[in-house]
Amino acid sequence: MADVLVICEVKDGKLKKSSREALTIGRQLAAAAGGSLNAFACGSSAAAAAAEAGSFGVATLHVAGDAALDAYASEHWTSAAKFAVEASSAAIVVMSATSAGRDLAPRLGARLGAGVASDVVALEWADGKLRARRPVYSGKAFATVEIGSNPAIATCRANAFPAEATGAGACEVSNLAWSAGDTKAKLVAVNVPETTEVSLADADVVVSGGRGLKETANYAMIHDLAHALGGATGASRAIVDDGWVDHHHQVGQTGRVVSPNLYIAIGISGAIQHLAGMSSSKHIVAINKDGEAPIFRVADLGVVGDLFQILPPLIEEIKKAKAH
Amino acid sequence: MNSIVCITQVPDTETRIKIGGDGRSIDETGVKFVVSPYDEYALEEAVKIREAKGAGDVTVVCFGPERAQSAIRDCLARGATKAIHVIGDSLRADSLGIAKVLAAVIRSQPHDLVFVGKQGVGTDNSLVGPMLAELLGIAHVTVVTKLEVGDGKVTAYRETEIAEEVIECSLPALVAAQKGLNNPRFASIKGIMAAKKIAIESKTLADLGLAEGDVYETRVKVVAMELPREKPAGRKIDGSDPVAAAKEIVRYLHEEVKAF
Ligand SMILES: Cc1cc2nc3c(=O)[nH]c(=O)nc-3n(C[C@H](O)[C@H](O)[C@H](O)COP(=O)(O)OP(=O)(O)OC[C@H]3O[C@@H](n4cnc5c(N)ncnc54)[C@H](O)[C@@H]3O)c2cc1C
Ligand SMILES: Nc1ncnc2c1ncn2[C@@H]1O[C@H](COP(=O)(O)O)[C@@H](O)[C@H]1O
Repeated sequence: MADVLVICEVKDGKLKKSSREALTIGRQLAAAAGGSLNAFACGSSAAAAAAEAGSFGVATLHVAGDAALDAYASEHWTSAAKFAVEASSAAIVVMSATSAGRDLAPRLGARLGAGVASDVVALEWADGKLRARRPVYSGKAFATVEIGSNPAIATCRANAFPAEATGAGACEVSNLAWSAGDTKAKLVAVNVPETTEVSLADADVVVSGGRGLKETANYAMIHDLAHALGGATGASRAIVDDGWVDHHHQVGQTGRVVSPNLYIAIGISGAIQHLAGMSSSKHIVAINKDGEAPIFRVADLGVVGDLFQILPPLIEEIKKAKAH
Repeated sequence: MNSIVCITQVPDTETRIKIGGDGRSIDETGVKFVVSPYDEYALEEAVKIREAKGAGDVTVVCFGPERAQSAIRDCLARGATKAIHVIGDSLRADSLGIAKVLAAVIRSQPHDLVFVGKQGVGTDNSLVGPMLAELLGIAHVTVVTKLEVGDGKVTAYRETEIAEEVIECSLPALVAAQKGLNNPRFASIKGIMAAKKIAIESKTLADLGLAEGDVYETRVKVVAMELPREKPAGRKIDGSDPVAAAKEIVRYLHEEVKAF
């Protein structure tokens, strides 16, 4: 028997989508390991997420409600999460591989002497051990790792585990006796870019452009298409290096790794380093005038043609279809 | 100001990956090994700080097999002033094991800043940095795109999904470098010549008072490695009639992707 603790992120009293995904796989692991599913959330609105956590099958939500935990801070979150791991006597600790989760999991792992598997795309409980499947070499291979420590920690890649609630359920709230101590690092400011754009990390749809767009002004077409689909905009490194778009938009090995439901690559050749950032997307559409471009090897729908001719009618047709 | 830069040697990113005979690692035959790309940003930042202050050491620390020596030499040619090579099969170590090795080395070296890369390219873990900081009992900041060094403290700019966090840390602190932090230099002939005169200090786990069981496959073990499952070939359509192509894309998005 092994109990599971899912470390959740709560915003304005609601669970983030990535945390709902982590809870879903956490519930499956708890069932397989014959243990219970518990969760941890922190910050002043954490307790408000109890009903929602209950609907995902959580028995007890461990809460550290101190406002010092509202924004992610590695030292505070590590010490609060350790309280929750101990209070829940979890043998399996799961969280999502968000920027907070990626930063927290290793620090918590070292504090607990625990093994960590990061950015996993599958998890199972087998022979009393946690087994994880994770992409390595930028997705050119997959490793299966076994975590033998107690607890075993894993961070889950976004969109790899579909979120499914089980219906309303009672969830107990247990307040942890955690209070903020001194820290060596202090968050002094958060600069939020002034944009109404959808963020790449959790977008369902990503539309990316590359050097085939010819010049910076034409990137506006990528915005238009992304806007029509309610998606985020991405880019190849070639046009980021040329200064057409900010590097926050770069998809690939040295940029962001995305795995949305739909990825559209426009005028992108599909270099291995670009594929590393997007090939695990569910549906991939590519438009490229070169029928031999490597992007077509991963595309579910490949259109061999001139982007300048295809994009205008495409944006029109999407708007028409959505108006129906 | 003394900096430590932890570097790992990895297959060049262009490498075609083949699975090794043991079924749980890659076949290293013919693979070209390089300094992990994010570690180049880490090194450059440490070297820049040393140049600005006109004093202090930049010590490269690497836990890896014999072949990693060429990566260490490369770092010395790009401005590091000292190097420590802990010889061992780092691919069999788990991340906490690697962090233990690095911590054992760093504890005995003067250090104001410890640099790592955002992730080791290849294993793609992003684990060693925060683990090492925890073992050293110092603050860490990951995914850093800008660093300002002040008096007894640093200000690090951390990239998150949606924003940029500005974090102030007392020293010593650990910083995990992200692309954008700087533009790494290439090794100059002069640098390569100067590097040849620097002795690389070599150590074993036993020298550090560590047992194999502390480091190798203790908590996390790779049990299998395989190539990605082949995706069924997609459909390719001719876009020479743009309107027809646009209509087909829209049908696909609507009926198969259910994008709207
Ligand atoms: C260490 C390292 C890390 C890297 N990391 C990344 C990364 O994170 N992300 C990344 O993207 N790249 C990365 N790269 C760069 C990568 O190797 C490629 O150089 C880059 O992805 C190419 O960008 P591109 O596809 O936009 O340009 P190109 O390769 O120049 O391709 C342009 C494409 O547009 C098509 N095209 C031209 N005109 C039209 C038209 N009118 N209609 C339709 N199609 C048209 C062409 O057929 C061509 O296929 C990295 C490289 C290295 C060495
Ligand atoms: N064997 C090693 N020796 C020295 N530094 C390492 C080693 N492995 C990882 N690192 C450092 O830790 C960073 C993150 O690696 P990883 O956690 O493996 O993704 C790397 O970019 C290096 O700076």
